[in-house]
Amino acid sequence: MAAFLSQYLWTWLAYTIAGLVHVALILNLVAVGALVFIWLERKISGRIQDRLGPTRVGGKFGWLQTLADGIKLLTKEDLAPEGADHFLFKIAPYVSFCASIAAFIAIPFAGGYYPWIAQHLNVGVFFVLAVLGLEVFGVILAGYSSASKWSLFGAMREAAQVVSYEVPLGMCVVVPVLIAGSLDLVVIGDTQAGWFTNWLVFHDPFTFITFWVYFTCATASVNRAPFDLAEAESELVAGFHTEYSGLRWSFFFMAEYGSMFSVSILASILFLGGWHGPIPITEFLGLSPENGPFLGYLGQLLGAVNVIGKGVIGVCVMMWIRWTLPRLRIDQVMATCLKYCTPIAAIMFLGATLWQLQLPGKTFFGLIEVPEAVYAIGDGGSDAAGQMPESESPAEQQDRIAQTTPSASQISRKGL
Amino acid sequence: MESIYWPSFFFFLFSGLACAFAVAVLLSSNIVRMAFYLVLSLGATAGLMFLAGAEFVGAMQLLIYVGGTLVLLIFGVMLTSQERFVVMKTWAGDWVKAFLAGGALLFILAYAAFSIPEWRGIERAEADAVEAQPSVTPIAMGLLGARTDDPDGSGYLLPFEIVSVHLLVVLIGAAYLARAKRSRSSLEKL
Amino acid sequence: MLSIPFANLLTEPVGVAHYVTVGAILFICGALCMATKRNALGVLMGIELVLNGANLNFVAFGSRYLRDDANSLGLDGQLMALFVIVLAAAEAAVALAIALNFYNNHDSIDVDRADQLRG
Repeated sequence: MAAFLSQYLWTWLAYTIAGLVHVALILNLVAVGALVFIWLERKISGRIQDRLGPTRVGGKFGWLQTLADGIKLLTKEDLAPEGADHFLFKIAPYVSFCASIAAFIAIPFAGGYYPWIAQHLNVGVFFVLAVLGLEVFGVILAGYSSASKWSLFGAMREAAQVVSYEVPLGMCVVVPVLIAGSLDLVVIGDTQAGWFTNWLVFHDPFTFITFWVYFTCATASVNRAPFDLAEAESELVAGFHTEYSGLRWSFFFMAEYGSMFSVSILASILFLGGWHGPIPITEFLGLSPENGPFLGYLGQLLGAVNVIGKGVIGVCVMMWIRWTLPRLRIDQVMATCLKYCTPIAAIMFLGATLWQLQLPGKTFFGLIEVPEAVYAIGDGGSDAAGQMPESESPAEQQDRIAQTTPSASQISRKGL
Repeated sequence: MESIYWPSFFFFLFSGLACAFAVAVLLSSNIVRMAFYLVLSLGATAGLMFLAGAEFVGAMQLLIYVGGTLVLLIFGVMLTSQERFVVMKTWAGDWVKAFLAGGALLFILAYAAFSIPEWRGIERAEADAVEAQPSVTPIAMGLLGARTDDPDGSGYLLPFEIVSVHLLVVLIGAAYLARAKRSRSSLEKL
Repeated sequence: MLSIPFANLLTEPVGVAHYVTVGAILFICGALCMATKRNALGVLMGIELVLNGANLNFVAFGSRYLRDDANSLGLDGQLMALFVIVLAAAEAAVALAIALNFYNNHDSIDVDRADQLRG
């Protein structure tokens, strides 16, 4: 986009506008997503508890309920406790919210040669994980600065929990990276093109189990029930946000829903095919950039709908779990992480490595041979480079070079 | 506006942030605020690493340093704070001596760095001609002992293994040091 | 001599020297932090800043954007930086365990109070 605009404008203005558009899109996704998710959570919890949930505001189904809540929160007084460290107390919700939004910078919504992504990074997976890990800072600062023992307890639990759960989470994420042979989220998504049999969750038995471990650890690392020890209402009043009110409190809320959404989208890209639906409709209809920009755009749009749809399903499953299972005790949470998730993730990592060694180039539990065209997508662009227009921006060249990273299969073929 | 080289602009932005928050770490006397400024300073340094083309190192800096080590540090602060907000003052004389020594050292280092002509940066045209290369695969191969970028360079398999064993030892050692000691009275109660 | 690099600061690419200067500032802040803080965890934060300054230098010397290719450290710089990051994490874990142990014994993490071995 910046390259397109800079044909007509100054380069710096073009890049600024492109950046602003990306920021606006991401902000909208997170904010509107949070609005929808809060409404959805109330409806789902209502249905699970055999009641109706919101029904009145905004006509049918109470779909404007969240907006009304938001307006109510805006008008509330912004309080800070007397003994609080005011600077940190004020800044903590923004730290959480920024971390939660910043993760979306490196998440692609559609792949191919022109991926829909705010900033294409070679190390996308790690960047997203790292930034999600920063969200805990806001919680810790909030708990520590609000001069209340409930907040402090909540923050300490959160710190211990998140640091521990990052270990199995990292191990689970490494498994798809290992199979795709790249840390680039676009490449990982595009190795799963085609039918749902190519999805990495069905790649072999080890990835299948890894997916469930990943989902458990992701639920824990974004502090959702049954792992929401940091805000356990029955023990700690409201945990780290006990002293918060009004808009600052709602920032914590939006951060929580934003990071739930981003770990779900990450799960869908890593394991569930990302922008490739279960049936390759875009391939049947020829919705690819080779058949003209409009059809290509439609294909990308379908891909984005796929990613967001899978993300929403993931969030709904998290809500379902929240309203079904009772909350664990803090020692049970740590035991789940250290005694179960970490060893299982380690074994799955080892198993997936051996599987790749024994049955390379096969998918769907080793039953289906993958056509070379799909498997070698890691070096895409080598034949398409000639068709590319000459007036490429450096950024696009960088993207293409990122795609020419030798995939693991090629390296193994070279005998390294 | 057209003549501005934007990577340089972002370099000065990130380096300004990193240095300003490093000074804030030094001057602040509240330990939690120090940790917060340290987070921002290290984050800005990760930005500098991204600018220098070391994407993997930058992401690792964010993941391990900022997300892991500093959370651990803040955890330690919360476990050891005897009053509400730990504040420990330093005497004025110490500050004067510290700034004299620090300023002198900074002057020497900066003077030395800028007195080497090759270190002052390359031409703009050259910088535009540098092709971005993904560094993840070469780094991984280097850690496993096979250098793909530089055939004469040595691999890092042995240091990698030593670091892995070292990490394991550290984990066990830290758990041993910080374990909850059962006092004699509680043993007698059992 | 020092005036030359500041002449066209924004219009020309920065070089290794600029990165080294930033690294030096981080290093000195960290060193002063280690010297002036009496809180054991403050000293630990100073160490982190020092390591970070050193790390930045490794990355700068290995970068292809900052000096011509022939003399650059290449990938070795990034590999060294990775080792430093990992070892810093290990060092922080051990130092934290020591600080907690010290706190258990002395009810304080003031490093000036660790003077029992003074003759």
